[in-house]
Order: sequence, then structure tokens, then C-alpha cells
Amino acid sequence: MELILAIGIGVFVGSGVWLLLRPRTYQVIIGLALIAYGVNLFIFSMGRLQINAAPVLASGSVNPADYTDPIPQALVLTAIVIGFATTALFLVLLLVSRGLTGSDHVDGREPN
Amino acid sequence: MIWMIVLPFVGSAIAALLPTNARNAEAWLAGVVTLVTLILASASYPAVAAGDAIRSNIEWIPSLGLNLSLRMDGFAWLFATMISGIGFLVVLYARYYMSPEDPVPRFFSFFLAFMGAMLGVVLSGNLILLVVFWELTSVFSFLLIGYWHHNANARDGARMALTITGIGGLGLLAGVLLIGHIVGSYDLDRVLASGDLIRSHDLYVPAIVLILLGTLTKSAQFPFHFWLPNAMAAPTPVSAYLHSATMVKAGVFLMARLWPVLSGSTEWFWILGFCGMMSLALGAYFAIFQQDIKGLLAYSTISHLGLITLLLSLGSPLGAVAAIFHMVNHATFKASLFMAAGIIDHECGTRDIRRLSGLFRFMPITATLAMVASAAMAGVPLLNGFLSKEMFFAEAIETHAISVLDTAAPYVAVLASAFAVTYSIRFIHGVFFGPLPTDVPSVAPHEPPFLMRFPILLLVVACLLVGTIPALTIGPFLHTAVTSVLGARTPEYSLAIWHGFNLPLLMSIVALIAGVILYLLLKDYLSRCEEGPPFFRRLKGQRIFERFMVTVSWRWARFVDYRLGARRLQPQLRLLVTVAFVAALWPLYSRGFTPGRFTLTGADPVFAGVWVLGIVCALGAAYQAKFHRLAALILLSGAGLVTCITFVWLSAPDLAVTQLLVEIVTTVLILLGLRWLPKRVQDGPTIASAVPGARLRRFRDLAIAVSVGVGVTLIAYAVMTRTPPPTIADYFLEKAYSEGGGRNVVNVILVDFRAFDTFGEITVLAIVALTVFALLRRFRPAPDSVDSPEQQRIQTAFDEAQPDRETGETIIDYLMIPAVIMQWLFPVIIMFAAYLFFRGHDLPGGGFAAGIAMAAAFILQYMAAGTRWVEDRLRVLPVRWIGLGLLLAAFTGAGSWLFGYPFLTSHSRYVDLPLIGDMPLASAIFFDLGVFSLVVGATVLMLIALAHQSIRRHRVARTIAAADEETA
Repeated sequence: MELILAIGIGVFVGSGVWLLLRPRTYQVIIGLALIAYGVNLFIFSMGRLQINAAPVLASGSVNPADYTDPIPQALVLTAIVIGFATTALFLVLLLVSRGLTGSDHVDGREPN
Repeated sequence: MIWMIVLPFVGSAIAALLPTNARNAEAWLAGVVTLVTLILASASYPAVAAGDAIRSNIEWIPSLGLNLSLRMDGFAWLFATMISGIGFLVVLYARYYMSPEDPVPRFFSFFLAFMGAMLGVVLSGNLILLVVFWELTSVFSFLLIGYWHHNANARDGARMALTITGIGGLGLLAGVLLIGHIVGSYDLDRVLASGDLIRSHDLYVPAIVLILLGTLTKSAQFPFHFWLPNAMAAPTPVSAYLHSATMVKAGVFLMARLWPVLSGSTEWFWILGFCGMMSLALGAYFAIFQQDIKGLLAYSTISHLGLITLLLSLGSPLGAVAAIFHMVNHATFKASLFMAAGIIDHECGTRDIRRLSGLFRFMPITATLAMVASAAMAGVPLLNGFLSKEMFFAEAIETHAISVLDTAAPYVAVLASAFAVTYSIRFIHGVFFGPLPTDVPSVAPHEPPFLMRFPILLLVVACLLVGTIPALTIGPFLHTAVTSVLGARTPEYSLAIWHGFNLPLLMSIVALIAGVILYLLLKDYLSRCEEGPPFFRRLKGQRIFERFMVTVSWRWARFVDYRLGARRLQPQLRLLVTVAFVAALWPLYSRGFTPGRFTLTGADPVFAGVWVLGIVCALGAAYQAKFHRLAALILLSGAGLVTCITFVWLSAPDLAVTQLLVEIVTTVLILLGLRWLPKRVQDGPTIASAVPGARLRRFRDLAIAVSVGVGVTLIAYAVMTRTPPPTIADYFLEKAYSEGGGRNVVNVILVDFRAFDTFGEITVLAIVALTVFALLRRFRPAPDSVDSPEQQRIQTAFDEAQPDRETGETIIDYLMIPAVIMQWLFPVIIMFAAYLFFRGHDLPGGGFAAGIAMAAAFILQYMAAGTRWVEDRLRVLPVRWIGLGLLLAAFTGAGSWLFGYPFLTSHSRYVDLPLIGDMPLASAIFFDLGVFSLVVGATVLMLIALAHQSIRRHRVARTIAAADEETA
């Protein structure tokens, strides 16, 4: 399980980095989204992997060992929403830059 | 006491809001503020005089030792009175000085703010707070000096003043931090009590060098003096205030304040003694040769401050007494002289001594007042300047530390005093006597209105009274101030005018006579010579400063930009990724890398299968993103879904819900954006193989990407296989229900334990949404994207070709059945959102998820029926949702103040609602409602703003390339 997730995170981040280094803005936005997935999963995995231990308390006394770590989840939850916001912002920047420069190259002009 | 600082700032804010031409209202406001401050200061005198300092303490960041602590003892009181008193007089004067065309709100606003900052400096009981106010005085003096910002001299002068005093301020901050480190507290009382500790500490020398850097720059002492003459481009009321009683006095104030702690060492004596003596002598010498009255007064200020610095350097208590006395005296006569100079400028239109003469006939009263004030400046008996000068002479004769400096002191003192006499006579004789002026812009100069002259009159009377009956006027106040600084070391001193025939008196007489003779000798030369003293004319501090600034801010900046800058994003990102990679690798390399031995969760073939899909999706998206955007988007969503499944699998239902919903809106958003991107068709050999080096670059990027991926895998694996250290998670799990009143711990953390973070995050979301909206308001697409998309054109062509169809019918019929279902889903999704919202505190769900679900409900309507149809029937006002959400969240947080709890404390209980049943109702639910409302508003705003672009008529953007062609 751990190994699978680790490899998965690695592939997400690796693909994202590859796209991040590409010249077209659309590639960069897809790359950022992929990196965001990878990073969210990475942060999430800091709480260690547990199955059937959602941090939703049952009635009665609480034994923390029965539940997974809620803090990375809280962090990732806001990260997902903020990630959406940055994607939206970047998308709009991409469109406006393409309108103003006539090019969808990340530098705003085609390489010579 | 806090009001003395708050009031000017409040007044400043009000002044800024008044209309531009409200001269009288502004003057009244500023006058009342300064007067009230003065009254507050005066009223606290009995308490201060009783011996102990008044303190007021408001906790600010107690954990860092930072408190908003104020402290007024006799010395601070003296300064506070001087600042507010002269402030009031300057306001009165400025009312008549400023011309109707000048934007007075700006002037009075900056003026009051500056006064507040200055009062803050003198009343601070904490060194850090003092530095903060110190910096504020630099900033506001910059704004005041540059008040006439259409004038290049004013801009340069302001910039220079800010640069010099700002650098000094940084030095002061560093010095104060060192002092705090030595003493262990920034509290002024504790610092003042730790003199021996500080002086014997290893860091003493760096500390005083840094602090003196701050004070000497502020007080315009050699070698930093050159900013002061350039600051004379300011309006005269500003000069009268800044360069007599406030700004430059802040430096000597602080030196006197810390005098009991820092003085007495050889380093202190040498640094201050040298700078003070140089300033004293050179300032006076330069002042003689100034043609501008204000320039003369500026150099004279440098000289007088040099005198004070020199007195403080001696380390003898009597010297400190003389220094404090001279601070007050200098403030009174210099403020009145600056005001007189302003009147002359105002009436004659010039300040050039060569062109002015014989003004006594036009303005006898002003002339008389100016004469008395200059006499005080020159140190003529029966005036206040004489008394402190006598004390200075007496100190100069004494031997304090056997050195060249000490031996030279009496001679330099007499010489500088002689110069002072010369420039004072030159000012008076040159301007008020002699033949009638012939070369003056204004034809008929006359006396100014009484109220404009009144401040000068008052100050000059003060000079006279202090000069003739010092013991009855300034005596007690000075004594309170001196005792508060020196404490038990307060020496015996006498303020009498007549001490008998002694050496200081002889020195005074010599200086007076020598000064007169010098003036007579130089008179002819001075009326012809150009600006600036002989020999030093060419060597200007200003020139050196400018040369330096050009080197730093232009040549070096260009060099660094040229060497390190790149206008291209790719190399920068490459560098960023590489640095991040190395930074992550470094600790692994130095500490060694081993995977942990934590018991693994057994691998599940289904989970593995899901991730095989996820990996394929990610790689596919990476591969297709250039030429097949839609395919890449779908693959990206696939990766998102795999993420979502992982969350479900590994006990994170909240994340899964949110991820799923965010996935939907992200996909819709990017789909909306696709239409505006250029077509790119893969045909034949790509650029990659055509451009030499491109293949190499791609290999390098691939290598970077693979290394980063492998690295992240290894780190993730290593972390996941280690036993988790104890975290605060247990605390949250245990307290979530008992104190947060919710069973869903993630939600409780978000809306209760860490609600302030969430508050920050929703604010970010709101800002992003508004930015997106603002960017799209003036959206100009590229020329090739302006036409309707190809599919729409085909559909329209089809409609036009068929005789029985009307244009646009195909679009209306498109996806008819799904569209109807989507429309019907509207209430269902809203219900679902409500459900997610209400269960959020106890079960997976919550404001974020519900908000996005709600936004999805709106966006589905747009997709199903088209933008126009929806907006005819439904008014979504996303900006109001955002505002409402933010306010609700803030008010819920602030609500706990009403009950005396800190911001965002929540209260919870269960409420039995009809129909719904037993429901948890924490006050956090209102916070969550705010989150919900804001998320709805932000998401909908972004999506609608983008969707709207398709139905707008677009003007083609003038691309940069097109603009170039036009100009060519």
C-alpha cells in the first residue's frame, strides 16, 4: 500500500515537473494541477495510512489510536480549495496573456 | 497618555479625508489636535514632576517582549510639550503660509501623523516601539519634505533624507536588538537600570556604533549632515518644525535618553566627540557662506546639534544638563528663525541674501523679532542661547579625557561661536539693512498678518524670558527633565546669567568680537561670492551621495540583472526545481537514507489497479498536454479521481467529497478556457526536432522530472514507513467532541480549533475570485480566437443550408434530454448541498464541500440552458455571496468578544429542530455558513466571469506584435 502510493505520488509529481518545464502555458497549468495532487497526497500521507479509521468520532470515550490523524486532512482540505483558486487564477492569467501577447508561450512571445 | 499619540494619527486620518480647499477646516482641526495634545501634556506635569515616570502598558506581543508600553518622565515630558507646543505654533503659521493652490489636506495629514510619530518616539517605554515610531518619523518626514513633489529638488531632498535616515534607522534597530540581547529586555526602565552590564559587555562597541549610526544620521551630524540642507526644499513650516524641535532632535533625544547607559567610554567619547566637533565647526563655517536664508539656518542647525552632540560625548553630567538645556533653547530660536525666513520668502519671493536688503523698512516688527532670535542663536547675553553656550564653554574647558580632541575643544568652541556670530549678523544685516532691494520678484513686501507673526512673537518672548529670568521660567522644568535622565548623578548647576568674570565669559566676549570682525572682513566677499564656502565648494556630500546611489541602484542593479536575470520563465523554473531538489537531497545525503520499519498496511490488488490507472493518466496527461488539450484534461481528471479514491480508501471521507466536487468545477473551468487557446496541430516534424538543442533540452528536463519523481517517491515511502511521532492530533481527537461539539474532527479543526487559518484561507479565495473577475473585465482575446468556435460555425452553416431550420436551432436542440434533467437537478443539488452543510460538523461534509456543490448547481444551469437563459431568470450575485460570507465569518468570530472570549471561540449545544430532529448547533456553524457562502460566491464568480466571455462582443486585442508593426 505504502509503496504503491509512494510510487503514485512520485509519478504525479514527476509528470507535473516535466510539464512545468514545457514552453506552453496550458502544459504548465496541467503540470501544476498534477503537482498539486501529488503534494496533497504527500501531505495527507504524513498522517500515515490507515483503513477504516476516518476521524469521525463514535459515541463514548475516544481512543486516539482508533482514528487516523485529522491534521493533515484539515490541511489538505483547504489546500484543495486553494488549489482550485490558484488553478482558476492561472487559467485566467494564461488567457489574458494570450490575448495581450498573441502567444501562448510562457514568455509571452515565440522563441526565435 | 496613549491619547497623546493616538490623537494626532486620528487627526491625520480625518485631515486626509477633508476636501482639497478646506484650508480653514484643516487648520482648525490640526490646531485643535495639537492644542489638546499640548493640554494633555501640560496636565500630566504634576505627576511627572513628582519624580516618578508615568507608565501605561498595553500588551501587544508579550511572548516576544513587545508591549505597547509608554513612559513619560521629565525628559520625555519636556520633549512632548515642545513637540506639541511648537507643533501648534507651526500649524497656526502654516495656515497663512500655505497658498490656496497647495493641497492642504495632504500637508496637515502628514504633519499630524509626523507629530504623532514624534510623540511616539519620545514617549515609548519600549525600545522596539521606539524604533517603530522612529521609522515612522523618517517616512513622514520624507512625505513632508517631498510635499511639493512637482519640484525635482523637493523629490531629491526627500529621497536623500529618507535614504540616509532610513539606513540609520536600520542601524538603530540592529543596535537596539543588541541591547535587548545584552539586557534581556527591551523595556526602557530595565535598559536604563543595566548601564554597567551593557558597558562591560563584549557587544557594547557594535551596539553603540549601530545606535549612533541611527542617531547621527537623524540629527544630521557629520559625515551624514548633507541631507539637511537638501531637505530645505520643503515648505517652510515643515522646516521650522522638523529642523528645530522634532526630526533632527530625535537623534540627540535618544542619545540623551540612553546617555546614562551608554556614555562614559572611550569609544563613545571619540565617535561623538569627533562627529560633534566636526559638525559644530564645519556647520558654522558652511553657514557663513550660504546665500539662501534657509540654507544658512540649516547649516546653523547642523552646527548647534553638533554642539549638543559634543556636550553629550563628554560623559560628564554637567555636559548632559547643558545638552538638554540647549535642545530646548535651540528649538525655540530656530523655529522662530525658520518662520521669519518663511515670511521673507513669502513676501519677497526669494530667499537669496544677495538680492534681499533693507527689508527693515517694510517689516519692522518681523525684523525686530528675527533680530532677537538671531541674537539668541549667536549667543548674545540676556538671551537663552547665551546661557547654554556659557555652560558649553565651561564644559569645554574642563578636561574629561586626555586626548587631542579634549585639548582642541575650547578652541573649536570659540571658533564655532565666532562663526555663529558672523552668520547671525550676516542674516540680519544682509536681509534687513542696507539699501532698498532692487532685485526682488515681489514689488511691495509688507508685514504679514498678525496671526502669522504671532508664533514668532511667542517664541521670541520665550527666548527673552528664559534668557533674563531662567530660574523662574525654564528652571523647574529643566530640573525635572535633568533629574529624570541623570537620576542620582544630577549635578549642581546654576542657571544664573551672571557667574562673575570667568573664562567662559571671556570666551563669549572673544567669540562675539571675533565674529563681528570676521563679518566686517568678509562682507564684501560674501555679497559677491557664489553659493558654498571656499575650498569646500567642490566637495559636496550630496554629489558623493548621488554618485554612490547611482552606482548601487543603477550600475550594480543592472549588472546583477544582466548576470542573473532571465526574461524567460523556463530557465527560472528549471532553476527553482533543481534548487528544491538539491535542498531536499542535501539532508538525505548528509544524514543517510533508510526506509523505516513501520508495519505496512497490506497491499490490495484493487488499490494497485486503481493506481496503475492513475499513473497512466498522469503520464498520458503529461504526454498529451501540448497537442491534445481536451485529452490531457480528461486524463488529468482521471488522475484527480484516483486521488479521490485514495482518500476514500485511506479514511479521509471529507477530502474525498471535496476533491470530487472541486474536480468537477476545475474541469468545467478549464473547459471554458480551452476555447480561447490557439489551435495547435501536430503535423510533420515538430519544432523540437527542427531546432538544434531542443532535443537536448527535452532530455535534460526529462532527467530532472524523473529525478524529482524518484526523489519524492523515496521520501514519501521513507516517511510512511516510519512510526509517527506523537503529534497534537491526539489532543484534537480528544477535545473535538467535548470542546468543539462535533464528531467530524476535520471539520471541527477547520471551523473551530484552527478557524483563524480557515478565515485567512477563505479571504485568499475571495481575493483570487475578485482578481479573476477584474482580469476578465477587460479581457481581449487573441485575433484568431475572436470568431465563434468551429463547431458553432458548422452548426450555423448547417442551419442556414436547410430551408426548414432557423439559425441557432441546432444549438438549442443540442443535448436536449440531458439539459432538461440538468435543469431539474437544480433543487436536488441545492438540497444535497444543504445536506452536506448541516451534517458537516458530525459527519463528512461541511462548508467547503457544500459551497462547491452549490456552485455546481448554478453552473449546471448555465451549461444546460445557456448563459442568457439563466440570467434572464436567476440573478446570482456572487460578489454579495462573497462579501456576506466574509462578514458572517468575521462577525461570528467577533461575536465571542461580546462574551469576553478570544476571537473565534465557539460555543456548541444540540438543538431539537422540528422535522429535522436533534441537530448539533455550534456557533461554529455560522462560521461554516460564512465559509459556505464565500465558497459559493467565489466559485460562481470565477466560472461565470469566464463563461461570459463567450457571449461578449470582443474587440481584438492590439497585440504587442501588431503595435510594433504599426509603428514600423
